[in-house]
Amino acid sequence: MCLAIPALVVELLPNGMGRASVGGVEKVVSLALVDGVVVGDYVLLHVGFALSRIDPAEAEATLALVREIGELGEFAGGVTS
Amino acid sequence: MKYASEFRDAGLARKLAATIAAECEPGRDYAFMEFCGGHTHTIARYGLASMLPAAVRLIHGPGCPVCVLPVGRIDSAIALARDHGATLCTYGDMMRVPGSQRTSLMKAKAAGADIRMVWSTLDALKIAREAPDREVVFFAIGFETTTAPTALAIRMAKAENLGNFSVFCNHVLTPAAMRAILDGDSLRLDGIVGPGHASAVIGIAPYREFAERGQAIVVAGFEPLDLLQAVLMLIRQVNAGRAMVENAYARALPTDGNPKARAAIAETMAVRDGFEWRGLGWLASSALGIRDAFRDFDAEARFALPYVSVPDPKSCACAEVVRGLKRPSECALFGRGCSPEAPVGSCMVSNEGACAAHWLYGRHRAAEVA
Repeated sequence: MCLAIPALVVELLPNGMGRASVGGVEKVVSLALVDGVVVGDYVLLHVGFALSRIDPAEAEATLALVREIGELGEFAGGVTS
Repeated sequence: MKYASEFRDAGLARKLAATIAAECEPGRDYAFMEFCGGHTHTIARYGLASMLPAAVRLIHGPGCPVCVLPVGRIDSAIALARDHGATLCTYGDMMRVPGSQRTSLMKAKAAGADIRMVWSTLDALKIAREAPDREVVFFAIGFETTTAPTALAIRMAKAENLGNFSVFCNHVLTPAAMRAILDGDSLRLDGIVGPGHASAVIGIAPYREFAERGQAIVVAGFEPLDLLQAVLMLIRQVNAGRAMVENAYARALPTDGNPKARAAIAETMAVRDGFEWRGLGWLASSALGIRDAFRDFDAEARFALPYVSVPDPKSCACAEVVRGLKRPSECALFGRGCSPEAPVGSCMVSNEGACAAHWLYGRHRAAEVA
């Protein structure tokens, strides 16, 4: 129920609505809860409503952190594959 | 899918798991609750529990809105469509949840009631606009994530003067459920994986009270790397003797959540005195009802809907499963009279239910181990 997915905003429509692509499938969604969305943004989409804008820099920072942690794991000798 | 597939990298997941194993202190065990049913499914689907060392135990929590809705509320929804002749719009997860006497929305629909599965409150509004002679009721359930879209729908219905639309409001509050878990029973927890999407609305500040009670809290996203990273962050907090609230889902979760969504909820809804939860019982200030200013859109008022509490089906362990006290396999009915095709309890129905997760992904694995 609380599942939300990243969706690419492909068109802005009147009244706070927009068209978003979810893995290639386009849906008309509400962008009313997130300010300043532009075409090309990824939003976190839940039951037809964008709840937040996905921050590419934060996504990359998390992946970089995870890679760094992974290297620590390798160093600890825990990875067998 | 961008922002999802990168966070499913198997090689990185193995390395993270190795780091987790390396950082577990010898002789110590770690009990963490993943509050959210979406997390329970990620853990089961990607086999994360089997990647973690034996010292780390993940316990599923009550964060499955379908699971925690009591039978009486499902009976009310069925009554709206069957006895009051309303067109009832519902999210698909609710269709097969058993009401009392083995009814369900699915069975009521088959018997002729007008029940429609919708993807969004926007679809329910559309149905109401297109059928002005029908009473259209949206069966609203869910935590804060799902509450915001309901709040906007109520606001839109009022702005449009959509007189045939109303909401059967069953929205519940994440912090209230967390409080009930920590207050109750004898479950020992070292930390909690916080719900990423409910927090996208409420932010992470509401969890401070649980950190003050000694719980390490890390709010996480829903991909395997998100979960493993959260477990590692929890272990690091526990090892350091710290209990604080951390956000491991910064790409989608602003620390302050979504103030606009909270404003829409506060405008249209108010905290109820009490609400019955499956598994957690009657909890004060744990759910939302529709404000008097929007009473015209409140299905409970419009149809004078009484709430009648109904006990869970006999032998069904959903109540214990929701509280993390029983694993699905410990229920006498699991796979023996209760399966997703013919569920007895709500935990077997929902996409977020612990029993459904174990049925889909875990039971064969468990059999192999045994």
